[in-house]
Amino acid sequence: MTQIYDPTGKVIPVTVIQAGPCHVLQLMTQERDGYEAIQLGYLDKPRRLAGRSARGQVAKLDSKRQRRRAAAGVQAVQKPDCEPKRYVRELRGSVGNREIGQELKVDVFAEIKSVDVVGTSKGRGTAGAMKRHNFHGQRASHGVKKCHRHVGGTGCSATPSRIIKGKKMAGRYGNARCTVRNLKVVRVDVDNDLLVVRGAVPGPNGGYVIIKQTNKV
Amino acid sequence: MSQQLLLDLVENTSMKEETPFFEIGDTVDVHCRILEGEKERVQIFNGVVIARSGSGTREMFVVRRIVQGEGVERKFPLQSPRIAKIEVKRSGVVRRAKLYYLRDRVGKAVRLKERRGDPKKRAELASRG
Repeated sequence: MTQIYDPTGKVIPVTVIQAGPCHVLQLMTQERDGYEAIQLGYLDKPRRLAGRSARGQVAKLDSKRQRRRAAAGVQAVQKPDCEPKRYVRELRGSVGNREIGQELKVDVFAEIKSVDVVGTSKGRGTAGAMKRHNFHGQRASHGVKKCHRHVGGTGCSATPSRIIKGKKMAGRYGNARCTVRNLKVVRVDVDNDLLVVRGAVPGPNGGYVIIKQTNKV
Repeated sequence: MSQQLLLDLVENTSMKEETPFFEIGDTVDVHCRILEGEKERVQIFNGVVIARSGSGTREMFVVRRIVQGEGVERKFPLQSPRIAKIEVKRSGVVRRAKLYYLRDRVGKAVRLKERRGDPKKRAELASRG
């Protein structure tokens, strides 16, 4: 994150996201798949890491099955014909006029005012209830002994003699899918493929995120 | 591209073309634009620069002055468009980057010894690195 100034001199806290270029790897259609979606790939995968399935996803590979199917007159699936991709994600929604193999740049966000950003939040390991659920803990003084950050009571007594399911307690925190909605798009830099949004996005610096047009009005 | 380069690309767009040159211990006039209703007017804050922090668009500097026997400090963002001008009035001899020790001093002890030499030359040297 960093900050920039608007013309009146107000500071805008912004996150700079390298958005694309992404390749369209596959299009899910209503007739064939039962739903509409678009599969995007970002960053080239080093060839040594790309297995046969990853290579087969982006280019036509020769195989016995392919030859048999071709002989039987089955039309082969269209391939994007690009390098194997490192990050592949499917986004639901209308396909529009996108084509397989098309390169999507950040200018798709040119007309969009705000976006949702999905990422994996920073992992915090085992965390106490104060950090994990914003509990208040206990007092610093007035007789509180060695349990200043404890949860406190967790339930009732003899009835029901158990703790209610879903009780918020200490435990693993972070490293989970997290969406931040309705972030304003501050700038779209087509030359450098940069998307600048107002506010923070989930995850560490250099993390990977999915950016969608917001559905929040 | 490295993360820092990407940030720089964005930051450079809201940086001033020429950052005014001043050093710790300088007595400066900070001209800040102030909006009063519809009208804009320039207010001058005069004092000694006692600290600088941050880098890029986040760089800030602290100016301290004594008003009616009371110490007043203001922290300005260096790259803000609201800062119209920074004028160096006088340079002081200092031996550290943060002059927080001035906060504990009153009266004559606040004064800094004047630094000799041409401030323009120093600015030139600094810009050359």
